[in-house]
Amino acid sequence: MSANSVCLQVWGDYACFTRPEMKVERVSYDVMTPSAARGVLEAIFWKPQILWRITQIDVLKPIRWASVRRNEVANVISADNVKTAMKRGQGTLGLYVEEDRQQRAALLLREVAYRIHARFELTAHAGPDDTPAKYAAIFRRRAEKGQCFNQPYLGCREFSAAFAWADTAEPEPVPIPETRDLGWMLYDLEYGGTEPTPCFFRAQLDNGTLRIPAWDSEEIAR
Amino acid sequence: MTEAINNRYDFALLFDVTDGNPNGDPDAGNLPRMDPQTGHGLVTDVCLKRKVRNYVEIAKANQADYEIYVKEKAILTKQQEKAYSALKLDPKGAEGKRKGGDDVGQARQWMCKNFYDIRTFGAVMSLKEANCGQVRGPVQMTFARSMNPITPAEHSITRMAVATEAEAEKQSGDNRTMGRKFTVPYGLYRAHGFISAHLAAQTGFSEADLALLWQALANMFEHDHSAARGQMTTRGLYVFQHDSALGNAPSHRLFERVSVALNASIDTPRSFGDYTITVDEASLPEGVRLLRLAG
Repeated sequence: MSANSVCLQVWGDYACFTRPEMKVERVSYDVMTPSAARGVLEAIFWKPQILWRITQIDVLKPIRWASVRRNEVANVISADNVKTAMKRGQGTLGLYVEEDRQQRAALLLREVAYRIHARFELTAHAGPDDTPAKYAAIFRRRAEKGQCFNQPYLGCREFSAAFAWADTAEPEPVPIPETRDLGWMLYDLEYGGTEPTPCFFRAQLDNGTLRIPAWDSEEIAR
Repeated sequence: MTEAINNRYDFALLFDVTDGNPNGDPDAGNLPRMDPQTGHGLVTDVCLKRKVRNYVEIAKANQADYEIYVKEKAILTKQQEKAYSALKLDPKGAEGKRKGGDDVGQARQWMCKNFYDIRTFGAVMSLKEANCGQVRGPVQMTFARSMNPITPAEHSITRMAVATEAEAEKQSGDNRTMGRKFTVPYGLYRAHGFISAHLAAQTGFSEADLALLWQALANMFEHDHSAARGQMTTRGLYVFQHDSALGNAPSHRLFERVSVALNASIDTPRSFGDYTITVDEASLPEGVRLLRLAG
């Protein structure tokens, strides 16, 4: 294991890694996406000086499903209305959920556990004092102590994730014996331009292990 | 804006229902939500957050900084306009003088200051600039799950009247309609919550806001009585306070300290007395304090 590699175990009762093509009535991917895994790591530790790269995700529990339908609000806050109300000192901003609601179903994963293998890279913001060892130590310390910036979650905030530093010395839990093609999966969003652009990759589950291609490899469809 | 909180918190909430429907499932004709594989009852996070909002709306009805953005129609506030007129007295604080560019940030801050639910749970604002339109609130809650499988009961009920004249004619004056109602005879539910001090700093969620949240969680069912709900009560609110913003222990380890067990001779729980709650307060991890705010 090199200095900038980490391995984290995460688990929870439910998860929803929403497929972008089915996000109104949410349908989860079969397994955690690299972008969700990055979100988990960032909830524990992140600074502009580093960049998380997910290398592998092990699926530790069988893929099982649950369906939940909820009353959700249909609209978002209009920034223009807010600005007007701020300027004029009055206005009506509240939202009446009874008048403005949508019932949406979600197809969730239940009882999930993953092992996230990742490494970080130093970015242009890193100064001379920023060594990989320093950040690796901070991350490890937080993961071991259960410290986090905010509680990590599995796709949506209501599905909180428990996490623990996965010690490579301990016998590893065995990934599920499943090998199949998961199809195209969201890799992550690219934030370079004016709008974030989604990138995809062909996800292959090989004996419960999802190998994540490198960010700049040709396997990524932009 | 007052100081934001400096500590991380994890909390376990226990509540029960007697002969009521704690949270109907729109997918199943309003039957109580259930996990079909285990038969455990569920209550969604949004259902609980709704009750917190309703409580705050009642408790802070006249206070400008405690507006609720996502309202339920049943509770009408006439205070809406007041919040903004009150601001006139304070014509654009220091932050209002900033010129251009930071409109979005300013609007977001202003919304957080005025609306309790936005600084607590967050909100999505539609803004032109990508990726900065959201406020993540410090308080994150999970689904509540019942301790034992629930057995929802269906009850047919009658109404000694009909809605329309046409119906009355069809029944030649009998004028009765049948309805259905679902209840859970008894269920003890448990939910977990997390409060991030870092996100609190971003929305200005203060110690006073936190105290109000605890008060809401302890009392929210007292103001939510209805024909559907039966009797619901908060039975326990166990709060783990970390002495730092990052926290001092993994939350799942802390939650394991609150255990709920069905008493030995009981097969079918029908009251809170059928359960024994034990809270392991001995040798808490260093820097973690347990506050028992209910139960």
